[in-house]
Amino acid sequence: MTSPSSGEAVAKPSSSGLGWILEQRVLLSIAVLAVLPWLLPSQALAVNVLIYGVVVMGYNLLFGYTGLLSFGQAAFFGAGAYFTGIAIGRYGVPWFAAVPIAVLLSTGLAAAIGIVSTRTRGIYFSMVTLALAQLVYYVALQASSFTGGENGLRGFTVDRINLFGFPVNFLDPVNKYYVLMAFAALAMWFQSRILNSPFGAVIEAIRENEQRARACGYDVERSKLIVFMLSGAISSLGGCMLALHLSIVPLDLLHYQTSGMIVMMVLLGGARSFFGPFVGAASFLILEDVISLWTPHWQIFVGAIFVLFVLFLPKGIWGTLLDTLGIGKARP
Amino acid sequence: MDLSLIIMQLLSGIALGAVLVITALGLTIVFGMLGVVNFAHGALFMIGAYAGLYLASLTGSFWWGLLLAPILIGAFGMLIELVLIRRLYGRSIDDPLLLTFGLSYILVEGVRIVFGSDGIPFPTPPQLVGVLDLGIGFFPRYRLFVIALVAVVLLVLWLTLEKTRIGLIVRAGARDPTIMQVLGVDIGRVWLAIFGLGVGLAALGGVLAGPMRSVNPEMGSLVLAEAFVVTVIGGLGSIVGAVVAGLMVGISISLVALFAPEMATIVMFALMAIVLLIRPQGLFGVRGRTA
Repeated sequence: MTSPSSGEAVAKPSSSGLGWILEQRVLLSIAVLAVLPWLLPSQALAVNVLIYGVVVMGYNLLFGYTGLLSFGQAAFFGAGAYFTGIAIGRYGVPWFAAVPIAVLLSTGLAAAIGIVSTRTRGIYFSMVTLALAQLVYYVALQASSFTGGENGLRGFTVDRINLFGFPVNFLDPVNKYYVLMAFAALAMWFQSRILNSPFGAVIEAIRENEQRARACGYDVERSKLIVFMLSGAISSLGGCMLALHLSIVPLDLLHYQTSGMIVMMVLLGGARSFFGPFVGAASFLILEDVISLWTPHWQIFVGAIFVLFVLFLPKGIWGTLLDTLGIGKARP
Repeated sequence: MDLSLIIMQLLSGIALGAVLVITALGLTIVFGMLGVVNFAHGALFMIGAYAGLYLASLTGSFWWGLLLAPILIGAFGMLIELVLIRRLYGRSIDDPLLLTFGLSYILVEGVRIVFGSDGIPFPTPPQLVGVLDLGIGFFPRYRLFVIALVAVVLLVLWLTLEKTRIGLIVRAGARDPTIMQVLGVDIGRVWLAIFGLGVGLAALGGVLAGPMRSVNPEMGSLVLAEAFVVTVIGGLGSIVGAVVAGLMVGISISLVALFAPEMATIVMFALMAIVLLIRPQGLFGVRGRTA
């Protein structure tokens, strides 16, 4: 736990083993993701872990580190995917330009939703984010000439990409995985930078004691809005990755069930830890895969497991593991 | 536009709003007393509709379904409070919310296993089939019945809260549970009863909505978002707020559907955003608690 008074402790980890892990968490995470396709039973699962991992990591900035339980993260996940698809399919923007454009537009959406929702606190915030994200869902449903409505967005397949002069077959799952992993690595580096910055200490101070953070002279409202936008930006990058991966954007991506799934993933893995979101995304997707092999009603089991986690293991798999190993303070 | 058409649409809006009022009321009463927002409220609304349908076909009468479903599902709600929610008092305010969200997954999937994923038509009770001539136009009898029943339920609730000893304990418990315990009131039992009441109201909303919407496992998810919008507009924990906001939302949806049908699903969210920008605590909410 980082108290705002000892801000340097966050920025400059000690040279002990603990500090080393904290310093190298981005590289370590990338190393794990690099071998993931060979650890998991299928390539498709690995790609999904990568994509949902990024989405949940962005969400963790809001929920885990700032303590704001939003139920509307699907809006930004979906926005990233839709904007990427629309930019490529409708306006013929090349894919590498479509991604930053989509992230920028999604961040704008996050600003709009954030301005309304960060005015509220506690349970209100959860309800308002859910409602506003549903608004985005219904707008996407109605604006079918842009979004394809109920059928989802189609017609923007990226099959062949040109990486600095090297043509790469994007339909090959291994190539696709490593191209998308570059985005994930970028997101992780960005998230780590935010957490190590003084701003990272401020958002944790807000989580620990909003009133005290205000008394210390921090602009709580502005910080909440900024973290809401940053969180939306990172999650929307996951949406861009999904659009490139699937070549279609299903409307359900925007539904609040997706937001709920993101919340479940962060809790299963462990909120407020750097690698926890990837562990959570992997656990959720593996559970879904395994259980749906023998029953179509996998959701009843996932729901029950989630309820048990809330009751008995609120720190999640990764968070509990870190605590047991005694490196919980560094939260890598 | 024809004035009588607008009046008819207004009535439609009130019928739509009446169901919203009942559903949001359950949510807001539980929050006012226990400080818990029940994310499974929509799922319990849906289960109420299924229970009403099942009991009606079992007994051969809609009226038994209407009476028994809220009582049975309310008792089920008390079981949920006793077994699950009770463990979370004193923990983070997010925990009951997360738990009930997981619970809604279990409930929705459970209904899919028992009744299947497809929608089931909910027949209108034979006494209320057809329309009534109001002089300016024809209005479905069933919807008039819904408006009247909700009005009666509201009156009974209000009288119980304001004029009886039980109501006094409930209102005092919402203000200061610790003092109530010192005075010898078993606040745990009050909370249990209130949670049961809240869930029972959700189930009642479900049965009433049955003949107006189709009954399917997903119907709760839309209702949850609607109930959230109503409670946020009215002010979380405020009973008057839930009534005013519920009618406001129902009427806005109906009137907008008349002029711009594609905006009907969007208008309530816009209404909520506007209210939040002007009064973050909602129309009848108390500042400081949530905003």
